[in-house]
Amino acid sequence: MTWLPYLVDGLLLGATIALGAVGLTLTYSILGFANFTHGDLITWGAYFVLSLTLGWTALTGTGLGRLGPLSFGWPFLAALGAAMVLTGALGALLDRVLFRPLRQHGMQIVLVIASFGASLALRYGLAFLYGPEPHYYTREIQLAAPVIPGLSAVRATPDQLFVLGLTAGLMIGLHLLLTRTTLGRAMRAVSENPTLARVVGVDPQAVARWTWLIGGALAAVGGAFVGLTVQIRPWLGFDLLLPLFAATILGGVGSVYGAVLGGLVIGMAEALAVPLVGAEYRAAVAFLALLGALLLRPRGLLGTRE
Amino acid sequence: MSATADLGAYLVFFLVVALYYALLCLGLNLQWGVTGLFNVGVAGFVCVGAYASALLTGPSSPDHWGGLGWPVAVGWAGAAGLAGLAALLVGAVTLRLRHDYLAISTFGIAVTIQLVALNFVRLTNGPFGIAQIPRPFAAWAGTPVARNALYLGLVGLVVAGTYGALERLVRSPWGRVLRALREDEAAAAALGKSPARYRLEAFVLGAMVMGLAGAVYAHFVGYVAPEDFLPILTFQVWTMLVVGGSGSNRGALVGGVLVWGLWSASGAMVAQLLPQAMQARGAALQVVLIGLVLAVVLLRRPRGLFGEEAVVSRHVEA
Repeated sequence: MTWLPYLVDGLLLGATIALGAVGLTLTYSILGFANFTHGDLITWGAYFVLSLTLGWTALTGTGLGRLGPLSFGWPFLAALGAAMVLTGALGALLDRVLFRPLRQHGMQIVLVIASFGASLALRYGLAFLYGPEPHYYTREIQLAAPVIPGLSAVRATPDQLFVLGLTAGLMIGLHLLLTRTTLGRAMRAVSENPTLARVVGVDPQAVARWTWLIGGALAAVGGAFVGLTVQIRPWLGFDLLLPLFAATILGGVGSVYGAVLGGLVIGMAEALAVPLVGAEYRAAVAFLALLGALLLRPRGLLGTRE
Repeated sequence: MSATADLGAYLVFFLVVALYYALLCLGLNLQWGVTGLFNVGVAGFVCVGAYASALLTGPSSPDHWGGLGWPVAVGWAGAAGLAGLAALLVGAVTLRLRHDYLAISTFGIAVTIQLVALNFVRLTNGPFGIAQIPRPFAAWAGTPVARNALYLGLVGLVVAGTYGALERLVRSPWGRVLRALREDEAAAAALGKSPARYRLEAFVLGAMVMGLAGAVYAHFVGYVAPEDFLPILTFQVWTMLVVGGSGSNRGALVGGVLVWGLWSASGAMVAQLLPQAMQARGAALQVVLIGLVLAVVLLRRPRGLFGEEAVVSRHVEA
């Protein structure tokens, strides 16, 4: 039972990876390329929240507020909402300026290489603006308390529980979007068969724009989570890139539910690997999962056969 | 030291590093430009080569394996060989994957290699790196500048030799098969060429060049550490190859030197323009510039400076 304390870590990491992987799988299947910039969108989301909260504190003199046992209040949540919009817009801007003009080449590889450049510019732009040292939303330290009666080894802080709850809520919301709205159906159509979708009258530009807006918004939440529970630094998202790709491919490219499942699996695997191989090799676990998926079942757990 | 002597010393340093990058670009060009293998794990093979040479030729230490003190030439051969072996293992498993999956896999491999270099302390001395890597010509040359100048001559020969060999290879029947496979695999296979074998050969050969470059770096600086082989190195080399023109060895050379020049110039400018307090952050701006250059080149001139030349055979002037 020594692995129980890592359960919460695993779920938390899994939630963060899931949020990023959903955006990644959407851009991968709808826009047709492996986007190496996605990690940096996550980082920008975290920094947007930081700047907004710092600005708020500077303007009003009050802090992040307090909502019960959480380390933050309404100002933080408002900043999070605004950051979701801003990060989505950043993704859409990136698409408009870089990826859309390159799409006419028709070659996925050009887009991937372009995403290298965008990734460098975004990541080191943050390192220049904020410096490489870590930042925090709040200096508070929270205590973890047992959350499952009877299993005192499973402990979580209030912030961590909030993160898990919000992630679950967002996933449900996304499910409803994809199944109950016209946009959601259009996105799924383009993801499965772009040509046919266009024949039916789906506007690929609009779908592309919304893919970035939604993917960026979810990335911002993921970034804010890491910032809240760990720290904010320019490499926050890029360090998640390998687990993100692993989760996306493991779940099946194009499947949102697969991305969530993949994220949870990778998160749990990384956390549970800590007592086994040590914390240093966590990233290698994601890589092994990725390689395993690619070699044994390339369509992933929930993906459709290509 | 006079100003011109300073400038000369800097020029020598600049050229050695430029040639190191040029060598990396030549390796990547063989893999990507000629054969179409999307290798995003360049840094991993450089790391293997650099550490191999360092451990084979360096002084022994109780903290880690190696330090065999063998001659530098053996170290360099070992670097190329070990990097090639790593590529053989990696390639056998991953080259069958399609482009984007190969990119993600090789990216992951490089991250894992760097992780091993960082944490497998018994082998690599972990974050402390390997120091006191022997520098050739140290015994002959009087001053560091003279030693570097001699080293520049050596590296120049190595790059010239590699360039010549790769140019011949590209124009040879073997090279033509590679390009045929890149363009239309089914047609090439129909002619009886085994795609997997040719691709693996190109991948391994390219990685050997990268490993050699790693050794060149290690013996120039005299010290290697895991943070010298982060993904940023891979993206720098990709930018260089795209700028120079992938598919062309000349483009690889020029791209490497040019983008390294751009990097150095922007570093000097940043040092001049930024106030003292912001100097540490200024280095980040150099990378932003590299990212922007890559994006702009892809938007405006995707084939880079020297694009791809249609080559039939070295016996025919195309």
